[in-house]
Amino acid sequence: MGDPINLISQWFNDLLLGWGLGEKLVAVLSLFVGAAILVTASLLTVVVLIWVERKIAGRLQDRIGPNRAGPFGLLQPIADIIKIFTKEITTPDGADKVAFNIAPVLAMASVLLIWAVIPMAATVVGSDINVGVLYIVAVGSLGIVAILMAGWSSNNKFALLGAFRAVAQMVSYEVPMVLTLLIPVLLARSMGINDIVQAQSTWFIVIAPLAGLIFLITSMAEVGRAPFDLIEAESEIVAGFHVEYSGMAFGMFYVSEFLHVWTIGALIATLFLGGWRGPGAETWPILGLFYFYIKTFVGYFLITWIRLSLPRVRIDQLLSFNWKFLTPLTLVILVVTAIVDKALSMAGAARWLYVLVMLAANVLVGWGTMLVLKTVEPNRPGRVRQEFPPRPVAVAPEAADN
Amino acid sequence: MSGLEIIFLVVAAVTLSAAFMVVTTPNLVHGALWLVLTLFGVAATFVLLNAAFLAVVQVVVYIGAIAILMIFAIMLTRKVMQDSGPQTNANWIVAALLGLVLFVGIAQLLRKSSAVGMMMPAMDGAADPVVQLGEVLVSPNAYVLPFEVASVLLLAAMIGAIVVAWKK
Amino acid sequence: MISLSWFLIFAAALFSLGLYGVLARKNAIAILMGIELMLNAVNINLVAFWRYGDLALITGQVFAVIVFAVAAAEVAVGLALVISLYRRRSSVVADEINLMKW
Repeated sequence: MGDPINLISQWFNDLLLGWGLGEKLVAVLSLFVGAAILVTASLLTVVVLIWVERKIAGRLQDRIGPNRAGPFGLLQPIADIIKIFTKEITTPDGADKVAFNIAPVLAMASVLLIWAVIPMAATVVGSDINVGVLYIVAVGSLGIVAILMAGWSSNNKFALLGAFRAVAQMVSYEVPMVLTLLIPVLLARSMGINDIVQAQSTWFIVIAPLAGLIFLITSMAEVGRAPFDLIEAESEIVAGFHVEYSGMAFGMFYVSEFLHVWTIGALIATLFLGGWRGPGAETWPILGLFYFYIKTFVGYFLITWIRLSLPRVRIDQLLSFNWKFLTPLTLVILVVTAIVDKALSMAGAARWLYVLVMLAANVLVGWGTMLVLKTVEPNRPGRVRQEFPPRPVAVAPEAADN
Repeated sequence: MSGLEIIFLVVAAVTLSAAFMVVTTPNLVHGALWLVLTLFGVAATFVLLNAAFLAVVQVVVYIGAIAILMIFAIMLTRKVMQDSGPQTNANWIVAALLGLVLFVGIAQLLRKSSAVGMMMPAMDGAADPVVQLGEVLVSPNAYVLPFEVASVLLLAAMIGAIVVAWKK
Repeated sequence: MISLSWFLIFAAALFSLGLYGVLARKNAIAILMGIELMLNAVNINLVAFWRYGDLALITGQVFAVIVFAVAAAEVAVGLALVISLYRRRSSVVADEINLMKW
């Protein structure tokens, strides 16, 4: 009863077997059906997400957000979808037709493929492969190829510039991202994602908070969301690699970006917030699904919040932040985590002591980083904190005159 | 024919035709994109050989780094938007003959070898190859030295590449 | 079941295609792509020999990993050379790089 998803799939299998199909064929068919359901569910989530994001954006910017179509504007995404589907898909003159039209599909696929390995409940996982973490990185690199294809085949200099920026940014930020992904692998002693969830009797965000933070930052850069949205940067290069796309071809890039943010939330939930774990999740897998979605939403909300609060960085700031700060820091954390972990497990420390020492090690590294950062150009004028007098937001006209 | 054989044949056909396009297409960016497909096909071959780790590393290293670098280099070194003309040198007929002779020669050698009829041993009892590979690569009794030498090679290549491409 | 020869023939074909690419192409980057094809063919052979031989001997996979590292190093240095060359001579055609030829 606590596991309706497997119950339904069991029923489906029995039904097909009852029709006299071969056992292997039924296994293959149910895999296909499972994949189709997974993809559809992920894409339907985006419909809700677009509304959620616009509502959050509205509230953070002191607006109401969509409120015309349906109650609370809930039907707004539906209206958007209808609009985007009725638009014409244009292919510019001089574009490389095949590459131009494959690119959005590839961009979408690169995000959807990640969902194949994410465990959503104790018994609900697409494919529990033993190299899951590396698989996520591999699939991410397909997205880079898609962007490069889109930018090059558009036959537009802004698109090509945007693609170059995007690839430089994504390839650079992949380095610290892969290094932080190693830390959950190291702590769980496995690259399988379900094993990593199983190992989190204490959430890894407690054992390795710095790794979690850096993963959040680097994966935001991977998605290309503000403050790292240089790849789109409307005011500089119009819209980056997807300038020439219209209608649903643009829609696929748009949806894949939204879905990618949600996927990053899911990865943060799975790798650092304990995934589907929670009270009663083992015996009632449907509860696990619930916990998983809540945690994913927390990650998603964080990213959206940061996106709406920070301005865009410059390209030199972006790259030096990565190479001069994140990469060395991640290497230090990786070495410290490995040594402390090995020392503690050799000494046979109790679980609470282990967690405490790991947390202390992270705090020490973070504190050390702050000390090092303070020695870098301490007297630069921009660093001096300025006090501004409080300024009234709205003043009555007669008061403003005097 | 079993399902596995059909999958192998499809993968091999796609990979080889993509590889053929890599060496023949006049447009170099297309060549690089076909190279991506070829590398992906090789990764699929690794999956058929039960080497999941190598398959994923193939995608990360070859597609995620090498192919992207190639596309970058192509775009940096030629006028990308107007790319045409013959891309082969005068010796291409000799090269094609040489390639053909090599292939036929290897095929002939394989026909005479006794190892060709070998079947895959069962995987069930064996240890997890990922764990095995990880242990062997850092074990002093096995391959820790080649592993370290490879890392030094990568470092040297990185420094060398920066020095060579440095803009004075 | 697939026998070992299938993989070996496949790898041989890939290697021959790579060889053709290296010998026949004008552009230095295209030559590098041919080399990548050849390295991949070698990797297929190495992994196939591991799979069809003794599974406890992981040597084939270790070789493949080292080949990955060497390929990455080779491409990094090769492309750096190509770009440096392009800056000096505005050409990446291998035939035109004949300063040391006699």
